[in-house]
Formats: sequence, structure tokens, C-alpha cells
Amino acid sequence: MSFADALVDSRLLAGRCVRRSLRNPEAFFTALTLPVVLMLLFVYVFGGALRTGGAYVDYVVPGLIVLCAGFGAGTTAVAVATDMSNGIVDRIRSMPLSGSALLVGHVAASLARNLIATALVIGAGLAVGWRPTASAVEWLAAVAMIVLVVSALSWLAAALGLLARNAEAATSVSMVLMFLPYVSTAFVPAHTMPAALAGFARYQPFTPIVETMRGLWMGHTSTGTSLGVEAVAATGYCAAILILSAVAAARLFRARTL
Amino acid sequence: MTYTVTAEGLCKSYGDHLVLDQLDLAIETGSVLALLGPNGAGKSTLVRILATLVAPDAGAAIVAGHDLATEPRAVQRAISLTGQFAAVDELLTGRENLELMARLRRIAPRAVRQRVGELLAEFDLTDAADRRAGTYSGGMQRRLDLAISMIERPQLLFLDEPTTGLDPRSREQLWDTVRRLVGEGVTVLLTTQYLEEADQLADTVAVLDHGRIVARGSAAELKAGVGQEVLRLEFPDARVVELATTGTVADVQAALDRYAAGGTAVKVSMHRPSLDEVFLSLTSTESKEVA
Repeated sequence: MSFADALVDSRLLAGRCVRRSLRNPEAFFTALTLPVVLMLLFVYVFGGALRTGGAYVDYVVPGLIVLCAGFGAGTTAVAVATDMSNGIVDRIRSMPLSGSALLVGHVAASLARNLIATALVIGAGLAVGWRPTASAVEWLAAVAMIVLVVSALSWLAAALGLLARNAEAATSVSMVLMFLPYVSTAFVPAHTMPAALAGFARYQPFTPIVETMRGLWMGHTSTGTSLGVEAVAATGYCAAILILSAVAAARLFRARTL
Repeated sequence: MTYTVTAEGLCKSYGDHLVLDQLDLAIETGSVLALLGPNGAGKSTLVRILATLVAPDAGAAIVAGHDLATEPRAVQRAISLTGQFAAVDELLTGRENLELMARLRRIAPRAVRQRVGELLAEFDLTDAADRRAGTYSGGMQRRLDLAISMIERPQLLFLDEPTTGLDPRSREQLWDTVRRLVGEGVTVLLTTQYLEEADQLADTVAVLDHGRIVARGSAAELKAGVGQEVLRLEFPDARVVELATTGTVADVQAALDRYAAGGTAVKVSMHRPSLDEVFLSLTSTESKEVA
């Protein structure tokens, strides 16, 4: 099985996932409106009451990006779990395809969905007055951070989807990913929280990820830690999650018997 | 005699539960073998092992000339699996389902359209080709499933309970389709709980019970093993007794005499044993006295 073959298999199966996303109008509509609705909600409903030093929209954009990525991961986990509970996975596994082509297809489609959601968050942010100070290079670095986060979360979602025995279980498991960003510096600075919570918020993976984007776009982090340190932590977390999840997903897929 | 499948000593356990127990199996090339057995007898596990989905705990098998353990890719190229649930993507149209699988099978892009068109016509799905498979009836989904299996004619086709949940008319249609594929020279491993299905389609029937093959032969041979003629007595209290006889007058007379003390039968009839009786006599102890 050559690499080129694996690529063709994955591309065909990613195409299938994209097509499936487009044919699920409710989910598709939710995924497209969520970034915009959240932006309006956080900036105009909560934003007025929150003191983060400067315009709240300047603070919240990275938070909304990871929030949408968490939501997108849930969608991916459900899609994988749905496939695994359907006869189609047996057919695909009994065909001479490269091992994880089905999973790579799901992750590629997940990446596409999440990058669209991210673009919508950025677009909505700019429309309501977000004014990043980043240079072109910093923008590129921020986009690279987003691609890395979304890849890590997509593989994590694939692994969770394989662990969950059905779509309902996948939904509940991935709920964690949708709520974890709230207990980070995504929406409010950590020092405003009770000490125990602040400690968790300060060191959980979403904080360095969010702070890296914030530092790149706005020129300073909200934690006081330098951008370099946050970026190293964020990259380390994402790489670890990505590698562990991808290995776990590949093994679960091989071992999985209905 | 050439064989498409030869398996020896296959064992598989899930936890403490022994599903396959030293199972041997051979399927002649070009024949249809029906695996008959109650739920939990190990039919699907055997199919999943031979289709490369599950590794056996012990034993070995050669499928289409390739060792299952060492050449799974070559086995995968020679087989096609139609599982218990129609393996179609319900959000894709029938045509898209076929096109995707054809391209995964590396049919040249230009040939895909033509092949898909042929298959849609062959499996009577042309009119529904551009509707989502989720809107298809159960029978149509199974036909689409079979069409996908026939994109490249496999050497061995697995049909795992192909008509479970289908109405009688769809079942008849599917049987016709399977007969047509067999006519093209495809070797088939069929699992079913329906004895009539085995009777209709199979050259050889193997009865699987508790992970072992407890009987094997043509449907006629298995029936003959139970008795040539079954004597059925119905009593006023709704009791029914069935007795295996050789069909001679003396034997039937003796059987009637034996039950004379049990009361006067209100109805006496003779019939040839069905595969159901073979099945019951082989797979459960309590029904043995009935047969």
C-alpha cells in the first residue's frame, strides 16, 4: 500500500464526509450561524459587563475560535461514532484500503469545517470592531496555531468517536470539549476566578492556545507570561494531543469490532 | 476439486464465551454454502474472520488462494462483504454510493460512470439512481448493497443474513439476484436463520451450533438423515406428535401403534421433513424426541 494510494483513499473518503456535512442542513446551518451568534452574544450581551482592559472584542476572538473548535470536535466525534455503528465501516474495513483512510477522511473534513467556522469568527469580529495589531508574519503564525489546534482537536474527536459506542454517547463525551474553554482565559482573565479554579484555568491546554493567538494578534497576553512561553506550551500541548489521539484512534479503529 | 475457502481449527472467544470451537470449513469454488444456525451460534463471527475483520485466536484459513493471516490485502481484493446491515451511505444517492466504492476499488475514472450505469440497470435501480439511499426501501438498499459488492466481480461473496427484515416479495427478488450472481461463477458464503433460504440457494448446508459444524451436506441429504417421511399426529387436546419413519407401511403402522395408548389422534398426516426439522433436531436437545 503506497503513500499515494493512501492519499487517494483518504481524499475520496474526506469528500464523502464533506458531502454528508452539506446534506445535513440543520447541523450545517448551526455550524455556520454559531460563530456569528456567539460573537454578537459575547460582545454585545456579556461584553459590556466584562473588564479585560480594552475593548472586549479584542480580548474574546481567540476564545470564540476555540469554543467553535470544541463544538466542531463534537460534530466530528458524532460523525465517526455514527459511521462505526453502521454497516459501512465493515465494508470499508474489508476492502484493500490503507488502514486509517476512513479516519483521515473524517479528520480532513473536520479541518475544513472548522477552518470555515474560524474564518466566520474572524470575519464577524472584524465586522464588530476587532482591530488586531498583528503583522503579516504574526497573522501567519496565528493561522498556523489555529490549524494545529483544530488538527489536534479533530484527532481527539475521532478517538472519542471510536470510544463512544454510538452517536448519543459521542455527544455527551465531546460536551467536555465544548465547556472546557470556559474555564480558561478564553473569556475572562484567570485572576478573576476563585483560587482553585484560577489555578486550573491558568495551566489547562486552552489557556496557552488562546494566549498565543491573543499575543500574536494584540501584541500582549492576558496572563503576563511572554508570548514565547505561551506559544511553546500551546505547541507542546497540541502536538501531544495530536500524536496521542492519532495513535489511539488508529489502534481503536483496528481493534474495533462491532 | 478446487476450494475457494479452506479453514482449519478456527477458534475465537470473547471473554469466557467460546464463539468458534475448532471449526473446519471448506467451500468448493463456484458453489453456495449456507451456514445455518441459531442466533449466537457463531455465524457472523466466522464471516468476520474470513472477511479479514477479526483475527481468529487460533487456526488458519486460505481464502481465494491467499493465507488470511499473512496476505490479508490479497484476500481483501478477492472478496466482497454484504453484511447484516445494508452497508450503504444513506445521505448519498445510489449513484454516489456506487461511484465512491468504484473509485476506492481503483476503477479508472473514465470507466466509473459506465460501470455504475451498468450496475444501476442490472440491479433495477436506474430510476432511483439520483435519490438518497436513505429514501430507498429495505429491498432496494439490499440491491444497492449487492451492486456495490459486484463492482468488480469478487471470487468470494459473503452474504451475512441478506434477507433479514425484508418482506417476502423483496426476499424472492433478492434470491433471484443471488442466483444470477452464482450463475456468473461467484462463490458464495451465505449465513441465514431462514431454512427456506438455505434450501432455495445453497448447494451445501452446514449447520453451526455452539461454534462447531454439527452437520453438513446438501439440503436433501440433511433431510434424509432425519427420516424420509414424517408422521404427524394431532390429538384432541391440541397436542402434536411428529415421528420420523422410513415411509413403509410396516414402519408407519408400528409408529401408530406406539402412540395408540396416548389417545385417539383426530388427524394423521405424512410429510417430508423440512430443513426446519433438520435444524431443530441438530441444534436443540428437547426437540429431538419430536423429530
